[in-house]
Amino acid sequence: MENPEAMSVSSSHSELIDRLGGALVPVRRLAPPWRRVLGWLLVVVAAALALLAHYGPDGMLQRWTVAPELAWAGLGAAVTAVCAAWAALSLSVPGRRVLWAWLPVPSALLWIGASGLGCLRVWFTPDPQVAALQQSADCLIFIIGLSIPLSALLILLVRRACPLRPVLTAVMIGLASAAASACLLEIGHAEASAATDLLTHALAVALVVAANAAMGGRLLSRT
Amino acid sequence: MPCSLTQTGSMVFDDAPSCRVSNPHMPAESSTASETPSQRRTAWMVAAQAGDRRAYEKLLADSISLIRAVARRCGVAPDHVDDVVQETLLTVHRVRHTFDPARTYDNWLAALANRRAIDALRSRGRRDRREVHDEFALERHADSGDASAAAEREQRARRLRLAVAELPPGQREAVEQLGLRERSLRDVATSTGRRTGALKVNLHRALKTLRERFHGES
Repeated sequence: MENPEAMSVSSSHSELIDRLGGALVPVRRLAPPWRRVLGWLLVVVAAALALLAHYGPDGMLQRWTVAPELAWAGLGAAVTAVCAAWAALSLSVPGRRVLWAWLPVPSALLWIGASGLGCLRVWFTPDPQVAALQQSADCLIFIIGLSIPLSALLILLVRRACPLRPVLTAVMIGLASAAASACLLEIGHAEASAATDLLTHALAVALVVAANAAMGGRLLSRT
Repeated sequence: MPCSLTQTGSMVFDDAPSCRVSNPHMPAESSTASETPSQRRTAWMVAAQAGDRRAYEKLLADSISLIRAVARRCGVAPDHVDDVVQETLLTVHRVRHTFDPARTYDNWLAALANRRAIDALRSRGRRDRREVHDEFALERHADSGDASAAAEREQRARRLRLAVAELPPGQREAVEQLGLRERSLRDVATSTGRRTGALKVNLHRALKTLRERFHGES
């Protein structure tokens, strides 16, 4: 039996359907989130290669040998960047679960935990080379400066879809960009992790996420 | 909460792919009788993405009841449901490229309709906060700027104050304490040292006197 509601399509709906049918053109389907994540990661990898060419891998590897928890922190930041970007691009497709927002949480915990462990080591090690206040400020500028183009690129990718939860999606974009920037910072970061350093990184990440939530949310809510 | 819908309007609270389409690239015309309505709509959407106008128009017409069900479920007022339908159809048109044939059309549509219903509720809420309804305006603000009305109110208040002042002392005290200052019977009894029964009788008599005086005059 036909649904009576389906039969009672009002004339204004019929007119709209006619108009939309007339305007129909074939569309190219949106690429799946994993493929769009790969596109964004290509840019991150290009930046990493440029930094490696400039600073060389020796300083980073030497520091990781002395303080292996910093390598874990870098790995945590890298995985957080991938997961948060994937979550942002998945959340931008209608009908996808909000649970995607939890994807970067475990790696973010690894990132924060390992960075905190680095601070503890500094307290107990007699002569570590730790970052001065000026160097911490440089880190802040590096993370924020690199996060801006990375966030802009992700916003462009997300805007091609239809983010129905704009603020949550923007938070994921901010987290992905800040985590990727913090990971890239490891390449040229010459000092061990001190409490001021950790606080600077946390402040930079918080600023990037908050700025994305405020501005990115508005940009994405026009869908 | 995002939800999927069946043609009968029953809801499934799961936006994961609940039923996959066996062959998403199947043309709309070749749909068989064994297909569920959800599979049929998914096939129509795939055809619409390729530019099939007939399939698209059938799909949009078929989507209206689903959108209405979502809007009602979200609490949209009946007279605004059609606005949600129109807004959702426009959104479907604008973002049709985001539909993934590996997932069901109904889940995708329910997410869009859900969003547009929430938008409608928010916009209604904002409008209600800004606008003053007729009944409320008449009740609260009728002639509030009118000088003659203000003078009349002032005159009425003065007459009431005079009438209360002319009451016997016991009755006046009962009206002032219980009626005008809205103190409790027990408090007034404690502060004046009078029994609650006497206060009640005095208040009753005072109100009777005032009523007779004002009604008698009007």
